[in-house]
Amino acid sequence: MTTARQIDAEQLLYMYRTMVTIREFEETAGRLAEQAKIPGAVHLYAGEEAIAVGVCAHLDPADTITSTHRGHGHCIAKGGDVRRMFAELFGKSEGYCRGKGGSMHIADLDIGILGANGIVGGGPPIAVGAAFAAKYQGNGRVCVCFTGDGATNEGTWHEAINFAALHRLPAIFVIENNHYGEFTPQERQGAIARLADRAASYGIPGVSIDGQDVIAVYEAAREAIERARRGDGPTIIEGDTYRFYNHTGMSEGDPRPQEERAAWRQRDPIAILRGVLEQRAILSGESAERIHEEVRREVEGAIRFAEAAPYPDPSELLTDVYSD
Amino acid sequence: MTTTTGATATAQREITYLQAVNEALHHEMERDSKVFVAGIDLAARGDVFGTTRGILSRFGSERILDTPISENAIVGLAVGSALQGLRPVVSVMFIDFIGVCFDVILNQMAKNKYMFGGKARLPLVVLANAGAGGGMAAQHSQSLEALLCHIPGLKVVMPSMAADAKGLLTSAIREDNPVFFVQHKRCARLRGHVPEGEYVVPLGKARVVREGRDATVVATAYMVHEALAAAERLAERGIEIEIVDPRTLQPLDIETILASVQKTHRVLTVHEAVQFGGIGAEITSQIVAEAFDHLDAPPARLGGPWSPVPYSVVLEREWIVNADKIHDAVVALVEGGEG
Ligand SMILES: Cc1ncc(C[n+]2csc(CCOP(=O)(O)OP(=O)(O)O)c2C)c(N)n1
Ligand SMILES: [Mg+2]
Repeated sequence: MTTARQIDAEQLLYMYRTMVTIREFEETAGRLAEQAKIPGAVHLYAGEEAIAVGVCAHLDPADTITSTHRGHGHCIAKGGDVRRMFAELFGKSEGYCRGKGGSMHIADLDIGILGANGIVGGGPPIAVGAAFAAKYQGNGRVCVCFTGDGATNEGTWHEAINFAALHRLPAIFVIENNHYGEFTPQERQGAIARLADRAASYGIPGVSIDGQDVIAVYEAAREAIERARRGDGPTIIEGDTYRFYNHTGMSEGDPRPQEERAAWRQRDPIAILRGVLEQRAILSGESAERIHEEVRREVEGAIRFAEAAPYPDPSELLTDVYSD
Repeated sequence: MTTTTGATATAQREITYLQAVNEALHHEMERDSKVFVAGIDLAARGDVFGTTRGILSRFGSERILDTPISENAIVGLAVGSALQGLRPVVSVMFIDFIGVCFDVILNQMAKNKYMFGGKARLPLVVLANAGAGGGMAAQHSQSLEALLCHIPGLKVVMPSMAADAKGLLTSAIREDNPVFFVQHKRCARLRGHVPEGEYVVPLGKARVVREGRDATVVATAYMVHEALAAAERLAERGIEIEIVDPRTLQPLDIETILASVQKTHRVLTVHEAVQFGGIGAEITSQIVAEAFDHLDAPPARLGGPWSPVPYSVVLEREWIVNADKIHDAVVALVEGGEG
C-alpha cells in the first residue's frame, strides 16, 4: 500500500489547491444561483472533491472523461478554465458552450472533457466509445466515466461495463456514492450495499474506497488507470462520499437528517488532506491561507470575466445544429 | 377549507393546475384500489414537480413507490402490471427521459394489444413534464408530444388549464389504453376554477377557449395562454381570434377544429415543439384536406425553430414561441403581409 509519504509534495499541493478551487467555485455558483444570477439548476459537487481530483491527477489532457449533471468538479479537476465555466453558467458567449449548454452540459473536447450530462446514465455508453477509440487508435489514452450511485441503476451503466469488460477497453468506471439519488437514499434504490460488488458480474475488479481521502482515491485510481493502459480492461472504483449541499442549489429544502449532514461535514476531504499536509510539514497555516486567498481571487476574477462577457447574438440560435 | 356553501362556491374554487392533477390522483386512487403510482421521488418527496404530494401519507407505500433511477423498469412496471390487471400511473419526470426507455414505449406498450390479436388490455398512464422556459437546456426542455402521437396504440393528452388537467387525468386513469399525460411545466402553477369531487373530461374532445370571428388559433399547452395574451392585443386592433385547445392530441378532435375554421376561414396552429413535423403539421394537413374551400388564406403555423433548446436566457427567449410571435402571425394571416 502506497502512502502519502510516497506521493511527492508537489502533487499533494496540486490536489489540495484543486479541491479548494472546486469548493470555492461551487459555493460561489450556489450563491449566484440563489440570487437567480444563474438560471436553471446547479448541482454542486462540494464535499465530493477528493474523487474527481484523486482520479484526474493521473490523467493527461488527451485522456478523456465523461461526466454527470454534478460535473463542475470533474471539469476543474480535468483542467477546465473556471472563467469559461462561469461564463457558461451565465449563458455568455465566452462560455465553454457559447451559452448553449449551461451547467449540465459543460464540455471541453480539447482537454478530453466529453461533456457533463443531463441524463442520468448518459455518460457510460459514450465512455465505451471513447475507450474503444483509444484502443483502436493505439494511442494509450484512457477514459474515466464518472457517475453517481443512482446512475448504476440505469441499464446503460450495465451495458457499458459489460461491453468494456468484454473488449478489455481502457475505461475506468468511477461511482461517486454519495448515498442519495436526488432525495431517495441509496438503500431504497438497490438491494446491495457495496456497489463495487457489481464488478463481479462483469468479470472485472471492483474496489470500494474512502472517497473523502484523496490519497486513497489517488492510489485506487493509479492502479485502475495503469491496468487500463496496460490493456487489461476496466475497473470499477466506488468512492464513499457525501454532497454537502442539497441535490440542486444550496441547503434549502434538504431532507437529509441534520445529524447525518453534520457527521459528514466532519469528514471534509479538504480538511483531511490538510491534516496530512500539515503533519508532513508540506503546508502551514500561513501557506494554506495563501492558497485559499489565491483561489478566492481566481474565482472572483472568473466572475468578473463572466459578468463582462457578452451574451450570444440571437443569430446564433440556429448555428451548430449540424457540422458544415 | 371553504366555509361558503352551495354549488356556486364550489364552482368558483380556484386551485393550481398542479393541485388539480393531485386531486385527480387522490380521487382515482380512492375510487379504485387497482390504481397505483410509481416513479423517481414520487412517494416521500411527492415528486420534484409536486404532483404526488400527500399520496404516500394517504395511501401508504403499497400504493405509491419510490423507484430506482431506472426508466426502463419504471415504464416496464406499468406495462407488465397493466397486462396483469392493475391500473398503473408512472412518471418519467421530464418527457426528455423517454429517450432512456423508448423501446418499452414504442415496441411494447404501444403494440402489445394489436400484436396479441386484441387479447391484451393496457390501462396505464405515463406522466411526463414538457416544455422550455426555465434555463434547463437541451435535455430538460423538450416538447416531444408529436413523437408519441406518431405511434399507433398510444393516446396523448396535453392539457393547458387546471380543470382540464383534473378531468383529463381522471379519464386517462379510467381509460383501458396507454395514455401519456403531458404536463407543461409553465402551466403547473397557473390557477383556475376546478370542480371539487369527481370531475371527468372525456379524452379526444377539443375545447373552444375563446370565441372569435376572424381567425382560428389552434394552440396546445402553454401556448393556449400565450394565445390568450395575444388575443387581447389583437382585439385592440379589431381582430377577434377564436382559440381552440385540442386538449387531447391523440386521438385528435378534428371536428371541433374544422367547425371553427369553417366559421373564421383562417387558421394558425401554435405549439412550443419544433415546427417541423409537429402536431400543427398534422392539423393543418387535415384542415386542408377537409375544409380547403372554406379557407380564405393559406394556413399558418408556428412552432419552435430547428434547434435543440438553448440554455442562455437570451437564446431561450428567442427560441420559444410567445404572444408577440402569435400576434404577428395572426396579423399577417388576417391582414396579409407583415405584422
Ligand atoms: C434519465 C434520467 N432520469 C432521471 C433524471 C433526474 N435526475 C437528475 S439527477 C438524479 C439523481 C442522480 O443520482 P446519482 O446518480 O446518485 O447522482 P448524484 O446526484 O447523487 O450525484 C435524477 C434522478 C435524469 N436527469 N435523467
Ligand atoms: Mg448519488
